[in-house]
Formats: sequence, C-alpha cells, structure tokens
Amino acid sequence: MADTAAPPPVKANYVRSGSLTALIFLPPALTLFTVFVILPIGEAGWYGFYNWNGLAALENFVGLQNYQQLLANKTFHQAFINNLLIIAVSLAVQLPLALAMAVLLADRLFGSVAFRMLFFLPYILADVAAGLIWRFMFDGDYGPISQIWQALGGAPLYILADRDWAYGAVLTVIVWKYFGFHMMLYIAGLQSIDRNLYEAAAIDGASPWQRFRFITLPGLSPMIKLSVFFSLLGSLQFFDMIVSLTGGGPLNSSHTMVSFLYYFGIGRMRVGFGSAVGVILFILCATVAFGYKRLLMRDQDD
Amino acid sequence: MTEVTLHQHRSRKYVLTLHKTDIVPASLTAPLIGLPRFLILCFVGALVIVPLLATAVGGFKELGELRTNPFGLPKVWQWENYWSILTSARYWRILGNSLLISSVTVALTLAVAAPAAFAFAHLRFFGQRMLFNYFILGLTFPFATAILPLFIKVRDLGLLDTHWGIILPQVAFSQALSILLMRNAFRQLPSELLDAALVDGCGYARFFLSIVLPLSRPILATVAVITFVVSWNNFLLPLVVINTNAKYPWTLGLMDYQGEFIVAWQLILAFITLTILPAILMFVLAQRYIVSGLTAGAVKG
Repeated sequence: MADTAAPPPVKANYVRSGSLTALIFLPPALTLFTVFVILPIGEAGWYGFYNWNGLAALENFVGLQNYQQLLANKTFHQAFINNLLIIAVSLAVQLPLALAMAVLLADRLFGSVAFRMLFFLPYILADVAAGLIWRFMFDGDYGPISQIWQALGGAPLYILADRDWAYGAVLTVIVWKYFGFHMMLYIAGLQSIDRNLYEAAAIDGASPWQRFRFITLPGLSPMIKLSVFFSLLGSLQFFDMIVSLTGGGPLNSSHTMVSFLYYFGIGRMRVGFGSAVGVILFILCATVAFGYKRLLMRDQDD
Repeated sequence: MTEVTLHQHRSRKYVLTLHKTDIVPASLTAPLIGLPRFLILCFVGALVIVPLLATAVGGFKELGELRTNPFGLPKVWQWENYWSILTSARYWRILGNSLLISSVTVALTLAVAAPAAFAFAHLRFFGQRMLFNYFILGLTFPFATAILPLFIKVRDLGLLDTHWGIILPQVAFSQALSILLMRNAFRQLPSELLDAALVDGCGYARFFLSIVLPLSRPILATVAVITFVVSWNNFLLPLVVINTNAKYPWTLGLMDYQGEFIVAWQLILAFITLTILPAILMFVLAQRYIVSGLTAGAVKG
C-alpha cells in the first residue's frame, strides 16, 4: 500500500530504449520470414526466365519462353478454368448453402450446437483424407454411389474416370468440406446484428423474407465479403485433394494451377517452367488481396 | 457494500443477456422454425455424415461386402482390419512424425512470433511501420506460389529429407498471421502496465515474459491451434521435402498406404479412419477452442 504513490509518466524513457530491445526481439522472425517466404518468391521471378533442371549451373536464359509455353499449354488452360470453376461453385452453391445453414442455426434452438459442430467437422479433416474418403464414395466397383445407381438399374458408374464428371466430383467434395467453415463465419456475423432491428421490423409488419433481405443480408455483408475472399484465395492454392481424389486425371482434365505446377514443374524438375506458374499464381494472389483491400475494406483500420 | 454492488451489477448484466437471447423470439431471425427447419438440417447433416460413417463402418467389412452391402452394418465385424493397422509400426510412426513436426512448429512459431509481435505492439523504433507491412505481405501468399524455389532453398541448406525442412518453412509461413493476431492482442493491454513496470525497474524483456505473455494466454492458444491444424494437415510441403518412408508425416503415409493397397478398400478405409481419428478426438474434446480459434483467426486476419 505504501509504495503506490503515483510516479511521473515515463513515456520518454520507453521511446528511447525501444530500438535496442527490437534489435533482439525481431531478427529471428525477420530471418526466417525472409529466407523461407520472401526470397523464394523473388527467386521464382528470377528462375522463371531460365530453362533449368535445378542441378546444372543456372545459365540457360530463355527470356519469356516459359511464359509463352505456359500460355499455349492446353492443360494449363484447363487448370485455370478449373480454378475459376471452384470460385463459381463457391459463390453459386457453397455460399447460399452456408448462409442458409447459418440462418437456421444462428439461434440457440433445438440441436443448433450439435448441427454446427457436425457441419464444421469436415473442415478440420485434411484435404488428403477427405479426397480419399470421396475417392471411395465415387469408386465404380466398390463405392456406395455406384451401388445405389446400380440398384436403380444403371451400369456401374466410374465417375472419377470420366472426363466430363471427374471435376464435378472434385467440386462436390469442395462444397462438402468447406461450407461449414463459411457457415461459422456467417453465424459469427449474424450474432453481431442488433436484435432490436428484428423486433422493430416485426412491429412494422415486415415479412420473414423482408427481414432477411433488409436486415440480415446488409448486416452480414462484411462477413460475406470475407467469405468470398477466402473462397478466392482457397481456390488459388487448391492442391491436396486433387492428388488424393483424381491425381489430375483422367487425361489431365482435373488439374488446378497448383497441381499443374506440381506434376509438370516439380515432377519433371522443370524449375523455370514451374516457377513461371508460381509467378502467375503470385500475381493472381496479389491482385485478389490488394483488390480486396482497396475495394472492400476501405472502412477498416489496418 | 462493495459485495452488494458487485452482485447487483452482475444480476443486471444477467437480465440484459437474457433479454438479448430469449425475449426476441427466434422466429424473428430465422425464417424457418420447427419441423421444416429440423428436416432440412437432418438432410444436410446426412449428406455430411454418410461418407464419414461409410468410411468408418466400411473398414469393418470384407472387400466383397462393400459391394453387396454398401450402407448396412457388417454381417461379421472384421476387427482384424483395424487391428492389423493398430499393431503395425507404420501407423504409429507416421502419427508420431506428424506430432513431432506439428509440436515443434507450434513451439517455434510462438517463440519467434511473440517477441516480434511485442516489438510491434509496445516498442517504438525506426522503420517499424515498414517492417510490419513487410510481414503482412506474407498473409496472402500460400506455400504453393514459391514451392519450387523453396524446394531449392531447402535442398541448398541441406535440409532435404529432414523434418527441419518442413518445420522451418512452416514456422516462416505462419509468421504473418501470428504476428498480426498477437500484435493486436498485445496492444489491448493497458499502457499503464508498461509504464508501471518500467518505473519499477523492470526491463522490456522481463515485462514481456512475466506480464505480457501470462496475460495473453487466449491469443497464444488461438495461434497455437491454427498453427497446429495447418501443420498437422500439411501435404504439399512434406511431399516435396521428404523422400524416406520412415520420415513421412501421416498425410504422406496415408497416400503411401493407399498406393500400396490400391483396391483393398476395406483396409484403406480402416487406415483413413484411424489416421483422422486423432483430429476428430481433438475436435470433440476441444471444439470450442478449435472452432473459435480457426474462425477468429480468419476474421481478425
């Protein structure tokens, strides 16, 4: 009790000696981040101009040839379209589904918590495992979906071996695995909407649909933007499930840009070619991130 | 006297909470209640859970029964499918490798990112803002964009086919989000705390270790959960870095097993079930932490 007499503020002191402490506290993070994140991204830009197998001296400068090959590559076109399809399905199927489930589960009604947990569960599973589970579900010989189809009188369904259907299977699994995560975002958003608005609207005679359209949707718009942003970035880095579900097949029809990078860049040790894919991915990620920041988050502080 | 005011204050707060959640009928926010709502939820719930159940139960069947009896319970429970995996060294080895990799990744991430976050939150130094933005750059770039040069880097450092070759890049890639989340949390601490500590002759390092860290357990837990889950489920990086079977984490081990038993689906299903079991158990036991950790991380990041 005796030594609590208020001392004068010491702001000046702590501003002065901050730099010294920062010299000890920052370097580990700075070093790791620079060596393993920033340098490789820079090097991708550099390697992209070379034809290199990763072992010989880096001297076969080919200018933009890797990029030209890439832009003329049919499989890469398909991979790019497949990435766009993920975004399309995220917006057209996953988002409405997640939103609907969030609205049904936002209040503590019977079973809400259990259903939330159930819907979130696939999200914590590794993509590799989810892909294998569904590789079984879609299997023509032993999979349940093909069995149902046969019970209805059809021939065995080899969905993953069919050029037209394989990627549809991938998209189905994406919705299955990720809608619960987006639902949780929306539930968090719904809980921040002022309940008095609903009461007032009800008194004014607004219908449930009007309440949803004019209170829920506008109140959720920051979360919807965030969820769309995650869908965009998630699409650009989508990889693991392609390996375990389709392996990019049949006939290279189900690649994404990252699985293209893996199979055609790393798999064949074409470092320059693969780096060029990385650079294109980097540019797309940067565009999405900065575009998102500029257009949608102007109102938020850093 | 203080006791009473506190008590009154508490009960008033309680009434307020009651008002918020219970007095507004749920029908105002949810357009559908009662049976229709429940039926829709059950339908979607079935779509979510059937593949998981088919996998777990399928692991108890004979291969032929997967064909003849896709959805029913096994006629004879084939415990040896699961037993043969549980008694194999390979199963425990891949889980052990993953546990080791993920734990070290989490420990290092916290050890490296927390001091940096503290520096950004409570110190003033030259170039602070620029350096912070430099780290924030990392938020949007996944492993994949730089995976080839990263592979070359790991190889040139002599870390190829070692667990450090996975751990160090993982720690590096987790810095951006971890530093951002922790800096924001550290900033919430009242600055009077720091002033008082400095007056009492406590240096920055001691202030950080004995005051900031103990007060910031929730955010440390959030960062730990996110880092652990990302590392536990990581596939691309180990795929590129690790060559030796004995060093595989479970994600690689699972693909390896599948590649070996290709059509012996009953064994593959049992193997999938057993390898995702730790994640499911963790989720059931610590669901609050995990859900709030993963979503809070997403929202604040």
